[in-house]
Amino acid sequence: MNAEIKQELNSDKTLPKEMVLVISNLYKSFGKNHVLIDFNLEIKKGESVVVLGKSGSGKSVLIKCIIGLLKPDKGSIEIFGENIATVNEETLDKIRARVGFLFQSNALYDSMSVRENLEFPLRRHWLEVSQKEVNAMVMEALDDVGLLQTVDMMPVELSGGMRKRIALARTLILKPEIILYDEPTTGLDTVTGKEIIELMKEIQVKYNTTSLIISHDLNCVRMASNSVVVLLDGKCYARDSYEILKQIKDPNVTQFFE
Amino acid sequence: MPLPLNLKYFLTEAGDLSRFTARFFQQWFKPRYEFAELFRQCYIIGYKSLPLVALTAFIMGLVLTMQLRPSMVDYGVESQLPAIVGIAIIREIGPVITALIFAGKIGSSIGAELGSMKVTEQIDAMEVSGTNPFKYLVVTRVLAATLMLPVLVLLGDAVSLWGSWLGVNIRSVTSFNLFWTQVVDSLSYSDVMPAFIKSYFFGFAVGIIGCYKGYNSSKGTEGVGRSANSAVVVSSVIIFLLDLLAVQVADVLGIN
Repeated sequence: MNAEIKQELNSDKTLPKEMVLVISNLYKSFGKNHVLIDFNLEIKKGESVVVLGKSGSGKSVLIKCIIGLLKPDKGSIEIFGENIATVNEETLDKIRARVGFLFQSNALYDSMSVRENLEFPLRRHWLEVSQKEVNAMVMEALDDVGLLQTVDMMPVELSGGMRKRIALARTLILKPEIILYDEPTTGLDTVTGKEIIELMKEIQVKYNTTSLIISHDLNCVRMASNSVVVLLDGKCYARDSYEILKQIKDPNVTQFFE
Repeated sequence: MPLPLNLKYFLTEAGDLSRFTARFFQQWFKPRYEFAELFRQCYIIGYKSLPLVALTAFIMGLVLTMQLRPSMVDYGVESQLPAIVGIAIIREIGPVITALIFAGKIGSSIGAELGSMKVTEQIDAMEVSGTNPFKYLVVTRVLAATLMLPVLVLLGDAVSLWGSWLGVNIRSVTSFNLFWTQVVDSLSYSDVMPAFIKSYFFGFAVGIIGCYKGYNSSKGTEGVGRSANSAVVVSSVIIFLLDLLAVQVADVLGIN
């Protein structure tokens, strides 16, 4: 199964030509701190792109600009052909229903049970589904992450790895076409981190999603990517496959692979 | 000449709080209306505060009566005890003490809850789930606090008067009907209405300050604690300032 997934992920033949995310000349600063400077990135449907960068290099800012949580100072972010920076609230919500976001801290609602956490995006996006369908979708998402038994538990009762899986299930429930992962393995031990990466790969194959992963975990970069972007000084410094970037003799790139 | 740091901080906070309040009024009227969450918050903020409010109100009525009694006896006006206690509770002590208890319980709870949601990205998660977090979290809590505090004040006043009746009966025998008649006869429209109206403003102040402090929380868990703490301190001070203002306004309108 894993070999098949890896082959599928690394094979360019499986990537259709359709662009799902195009970032052009993106600028974002906070006061005098210029975080993103003329950042450009294109992602095709089915790709799994990892953005690699130092802490504080603007990786999380980039991903929050993409989902519309932060407004860029300049430039455009087109998702499915719509510019996130200029669309109205209604269109933004429609786009967000097609884009999943896995938060670094999981962001599970502490006051809600696992079931309520998963139902929340379904109900908030005004999807016209019956309670029976909602239940079925919740159970399917939990089944995908292998945690059916936790449906009536509270987030505080779960371990770190389980919380990450539940957060992933909540992301999956709307069947997004793009999933944005913010440091998916941060705070997890190596074994659990690997399990999460395997799960991400299985989900990508099962639902044919496109992934943009923010990480500085080399295991994650190696296992989950078919393209790696090096974010340096607010720009896309280099982009290639993990194997090629690893061999490049540029200190700005090799520092990430040592 | 540069402004002193404390004054600059105070003015910045006042400006930010004003903008936050203006945003509340803008968002309040806009659909989508979060009625289910509003009712849930009314239950949490109102119903769940009732035992604490009732307990403190009961003790307040009882103690106030017991403390006043010796002086009233000295002046030979012991029979006026229900009237004096009634006016004191309804006009001032009931609304202000209930509001301060409310600020301690609800203000801190809102500040800590929203602060914790902010630092753990739950507010961002709501936004990407197609929810306006300001409407869902802030508008509902502020409205619930505004609507529930006057109800708690009314119930607290009633319990307080009951405590006062028990206080009267420690040293003498007075029927509840007689006690109640004396209280009601001593009260006028100008005693009840300003006190009732100002409790809406107290509730609004506790709600908006708790939400403002929590929603703008930063610096991790330390910031959450600070938000909860400053929500209580600031709303308590604002309650006294509003009380002062309410007396002046009632005076100007001739209903004091």
